[in-house]
Amino acid sequence: MPDAPLLAVQHLRTVFPLHTGGDTAAVADVSFTLDRGRTLGLVGESGSGKSVTALSLIRLVQPPGRIAAGQIQFDGQDLMTLDEPAMRAIRGRRIGFVFQEPMVALNPVFTIGQQIAETLTVHGLARGAAARKKVVEWLAAVRMPNPAQRADAYPHQLSGGLRQRAMIALALCAEPSLVIADEPTTALDVTVQAEILDLLRELRREFGLALLLITHDLGVVAEMADHVAVMYGGRIVEYGPVQTVFAGAAHPYTQGLLACLPTLHTTARLQAIPGTVPSLGQFPAGCGFATRCPHRFALCDTTPPPDIRCGEAHVAACYLHQEPAS
Amino acid sequence: MSALLEVRHLVKEFRQSRLFGASVVTRAVDDISFEIQQGETFGLVGESGCGKTTTGRCILRLIEPTSGQVRFKGRDLAPLSANEMRLARRDLQIVFQDPYSSLNPRMRVGAIVEEPLVIFREGTKVERARRVAELFELVGLDPTQATKYPHEFSGGQRQRIGLARALALNPSLVIADEPVSALDVSVQAQVVNLLLDLQTRLGLTYLFIAHDLRLVRQICTRVAVMYRGRIVELGDAEAVFTAPTHPYTVALLSAVPKINPGDRVARVVFDAESCVPVPLREVRPGHFAAI
Repeated sequence: MPDAPLLAVQHLRTVFPLHTGGDTAAVADVSFTLDRGRTLGLVGESGSGKSVTALSLIRLVQPPGRIAAGQIQFDGQDLMTLDEPAMRAIRGRRIGFVFQEPMVALNPVFTIGQQIAETLTVHGLARGAAARKKVVEWLAAVRMPNPAQRADAYPHQLSGGLRQRAMIALALCAEPSLVIADEPTTALDVTVQAEILDLLRELRREFGLALLLITHDLGVVAEMADHVAVMYGGRIVEYGPVQTVFAGAAHPYTQGLLACLPTLHTTARLQAIPGTVPSLGQFPAGCGFATRCPHRFALCDTTPPPDIRCGEAHVAACYLHQEPAS
Repeated sequence: MSALLEVRHLVKEFRQSRLFGASVVTRAVDDISFEIQQGETFGLVGESGCGKTTTGRCILRLIEPTSGQVRFKGRDLAPLSANEMRLARRDLQIVFQDPYSSLNPRMRVGAIVEEPLVIFREGTKVERARRVAELFELVGLDPTQATKYPHEFSGGQRQRIGLARALALNPSLVIADEPVSALDVSVQAQVVNLLLDLQTRLGLTYLFIAHDLRLVRQICTRVAVMYRGRIVELGDAEAVFTAPTHPYTVALLSAVPKINPGDRVARVVFDAESCVPVPLREVRPGHFAAI
């Protein structure tokens, strides 16, 4: 099936137990698809469930958290039915991961060359001198200066930008078809961020990668992604092509986020979203955004709104876009 | 009119002693000068390690400057004794970046806001309680929450508490060091709007230290761009953002991700090696660049 999406997530629900008994859903009900070679931006504020979604996809949710429901189809396989050894053959091999803080994600007691070689060896791609040769090639591919020498560097000997390049080499070395990048540039300075984003763009084209880019920065999504999914309270509240969503946001939360974001041209007062993101388990029963929404009405408080189509491939989970019942 | 704050040839060197061999000297702040006028918001912007935070702390002498002058309301702060400096800080307050580590977790938030009043022996217990309630309302918090502890508040609310503490003694200058960078975007706008409202109501002057150029553009009247301890460009925010002159400023602005495709420009890379530090010169009236 060449036309099937690379990744299809259906009704994913990931819960964490409460010490008072019962569960709270960090990811309440998330569905999306990602085609080969495309980039999906998953945006949201802290507590929106975007990172837990990413961890759920590779089934790395820390117990006692667990995936309570949902299907994850990746490249024709149902990841939910795989056992742990089969999952391990997918992680790092067919799905690469880039984390926010490379200093934490990389092992401090091994050189970056050793860490990349380990990935190649574990997945049976190369060993010994051949692995070493590939390590240098990959470091060169992520534009690491002096790749042969840098392979022997420990993570702490590299700057933040170079460390993130090493992390990207590690994520790509097994030539996965999907890379999940969770806030890959958040810890970096803006000029270094621009370099890393350029690099991701080039590598994406070179290797035909699909990229799931998780970030809180709408600017990064606008520059990198084909589609955007806006998360709030463990749900995707709006989904669509990047330009469509940013030019004509349909969900009041997305509208609010765009209005409160300063740009290089803003000198006027920003329109702040009132209130704060509720903590986990404190979200309202109906629409998660109801308590902060300027358009709230009775239905919003009782039932979570379904995805409602509001344009070409553009959906918003908001009753404002519902056709009046005929 | 003389400036509220004048910084002249400020230098801060950090000496790192090595176990063997000579110690290494790092110039975190390398001969910078600027003035802040009463009522303005002066932005100090740059990437990590450029010296912007060190500059803010040197002004308050939370870190002792190596050399240079800091004049506040015409008075040189450098020769003041520790005690005199403490008194001077009534009028010169700071709000820190991290609302989690800057509030004592074992104190009730009411006591945190009251503490400056206690230290400066302001008013009676009753008067102080009234002032704390007033400050809570000023920053948009419910005064009945004063008996809670910091961990019971969200990041944005904690930053409001930090701000209430800074305003307790009616300072004229507030140094805000990355006051919203730890907050979610939807909460950032609330705190930024609060800073602007307070400025109008209380006639405050801000030194706003930040790495987010979009934020600096929005709230600052004048900005200084720092690079490796030096100011490379200084001028009205409007001028610096619409007609950046130093190659580093141009590179920095081109690197900011833009939502609107029409705002995107080709990325300019700054070649640090080719940049020889030169003094600032006036490229247009009131607009200085180190070129």
